[in-house]
Amino acid sequence: MTKSQAFWRGFRDCAPFIIIVAPYSMLFGVVARDAGLDVLQTMSMAVLVIAGASQFTALALLQENAPVIIALLTALAVNLRMAMYSAALVPHLGHAPLGLRALMAYLMVDQAFAVAVRTYEDNPAMPTHVKVAYYFGCMMLICPFWYGFTLIGALVGQALPSGLSLDFAVPVCFIALLAPLLRSLPHIVAALVSALAAVAFTWVPWSLGLIIAATIGMLVGAQMELFLRRRADRVAP
Amino acid sequence: MISDTTFWLLTVLLGIGTFLIRFSFLGLLGGRELPPVVLLHLKYIGVAVFPALFTPLVLWPEATGGNPDPARLIAAAAALLAGLYGSVIGAIIAGMGMLYFVQFLTGQI
Repeated sequence: MTKSQAFWRGFRDCAPFIIIVAPYSMLFGVVARDAGLDVLQTMSMAVLVIAGASQFTALALLQENAPVIIALLTALAVNLRMAMYSAALVPHLGHAPLGLRALMAYLMVDQAFAVAVRTYEDNPAMPTHVKVAYYFGCMMLICPFWYGFTLIGALVGQALPSGLSLDFAVPVCFIALLAPLLRSLPHIVAALVSALAAVAFTWVPWSLGLIIAATIGMLVGAQMELFLRRRADRVAP
Repeated sequence: MISDTTFWLLTVLLGIGTFLIRFSFLGLLGGRELPPVVLLHLKYIGVAVFPALFTPLVLWPEATGGNPDPARLIAAAAALLAGLYGSVIGAIIAGMGMLYFVQFLTGQI
């Protein structure tokens, strides 16, 4: 696969997510204007942070007059999962030059991570520069749509009827990201354990239950793979 | 009303902090080889993060005041099935489509 083929394949593989990104970012634009931000402020947040869930969290806490430090730490806790994405991308993209790695870090959203890692695992022979091209292909649509529809939402204002239940686009997006990753028994068990742990740890403040649940799920998946491997070794030495 | 100072302070710090979280391992570890036991764990990050993100949103949606909503539960199941046996786009359409369908049947829209 050449660089340009990889780029366009990433573009195609990530394209379906614009059906989610468009309404979600538009919703942020609307909610931000409702909260009293001007268009420049709304866009600055979307461009500087480019992480929907934490933007909504920060906005909600600002509206409740929470201290800046609390709003900051809570919103950062929501983004802590991306440290795990960052680690998971090291084996694939770590060899890229520092400047590119910084740009890829800025663009690291859930969709790019999930779609890219899945493709990298399916094609272990892909050279680093091809993997990098694929990654940028994934973000080529998502990022402009994120900015553009935030702006449309901020300008159009309250045109979105609440009857559309757009809030539900968020979990649907994460389900769509998860489903193709469930490729073996340990993966399925890790996902189930993580879901149960997320329920068990909802009481933990600052959305840290998410990180606890994800860590437990990851450990269980890895241990189960080791266990199955050892058992297979014993059966067929 | 959100004051300008508060807003810009929070937004700039959140932007920097979020970038540092994203840059962390990819930026600092670079091309270093990771031990096999670490690689083994990294493979499970995706399947461990996404269920933890969506499970509470599906069970206790804010739009229904945090109460479980049958329409959303059914829609989530439809999205998962469509994602497992179909495609990303299938999962998205099945999820939102099923939500609207059940809401329509129950007279919510």
